[in-house]
Amino acid sequence: MPTIVVEVMPKAELLDPQGKAVAGALGRLGQTQSALANVTGVRVGKRFEISLDGETDAATLAAVRELADSVLSNSVIEDVVGIHVQDAPSTAVA
Amino acid sequence: MRIGVVTFPGSLDDRDAARAIRLAGADAVALWHGDHDLHGVDALVLPGGFSYGDYLRAGAIASLSPIMTEVIDAANKGMPVLGICNGFQMLTEAHLLDGGLIRNDKGRFICRDQGLRIENNASDWTNGFEANAEIVIPLKNGEGSFMASAETLKALEGEGRIVARYLDNPNGSLNDIAGVTNARGNVVGLMPHPEHAVEAGFGPDTDAAMASGVDGLVFFTSVIARALVGA
Repeated sequence: MPTIVVEVMPKAELLDPQGKAVAGALGRLGQTQSALANVTGVRVGKRFEISLDGETDAATLAAVRELADSVLSNSVIEDVVGIHVQDAPSTAVA
Repeated sequence: MRIGVVTFPGSLDDRDAARAIRLAGADAVALWHGDHDLHGVDALVLPGGFSYGDYLRAGAIASLSPIMTEVIDAANKGMPVLGICNGFQMLTEAHLLDGGLIRNDKGRFICRDQGLRIENNASDWTNGFEANAEIVIPLKNGEGSFMASAETLKALEGEGRIVARYLDNPNGSLNDIAGVTNARGNVVGLMPHPEHAVEAGFGPDTDAAMASGVDGLVFFTSVIARALVGA
């Protein structure tokens, strides 16, 4: 089943309190795990996977692009950073 | 005067808003998010809460509700609309107000009595305040940090569209903004909750007596007074 992936991130210039909280936790882990010691920041965004019947033609992709800008993101506080098509919904990495 | 209060899935303060409207002297009309009918009301309140569990973005899914077609249309024709907290978030998502609200800068949910300065006392919802009146009403949210582009902020400041500013900024809001209005002054969004400070005994503490703060009532009496002038 073709799946269109839309990725949305908080605007780079805005404070991302969620990312900051995660970064703080990683910083604490970094005190005991040296591999994490050089983590300098974390930002948290969103990933949407839109499953479709049939082929993803140019018109469908254009409609999803419009949806990404108008509904899936709010341009005042977020940016759409990626739209791509994959063959199926994502599964866990091996 | 009949003022509608729209209930969305996850609204919490719809009954409090209706009570505030009645205490101010108007009739409160319960409206439903799934309808396409404003039941002939003269003004609207979008209440606080966590519509749709704040999924997607706070207020985003509610802003696409069936009734929002009528709300947006009425607002654009000049009907007074007050969005409180989640209602403010809906108004920004519906593009009736500029800016957006993000998570509080320290990541905390904040619940406290909040001092504000009313900087625009010309809007439909604030005309009963003295110029630069300082008031105290409750604040309770996790995503109340007001954001806007530098260009939008400049326009809001230049056009006097900042309705209320925090006396002590609790959440990282740009320019201490607690509430804004549109160019026409009929649509107002406010993160703190005027409907929780409308009856002595149940409001914020004041120097005079515990829980005696009723500063929030003026938002509702303002819209009634404006309607009487217009009538």
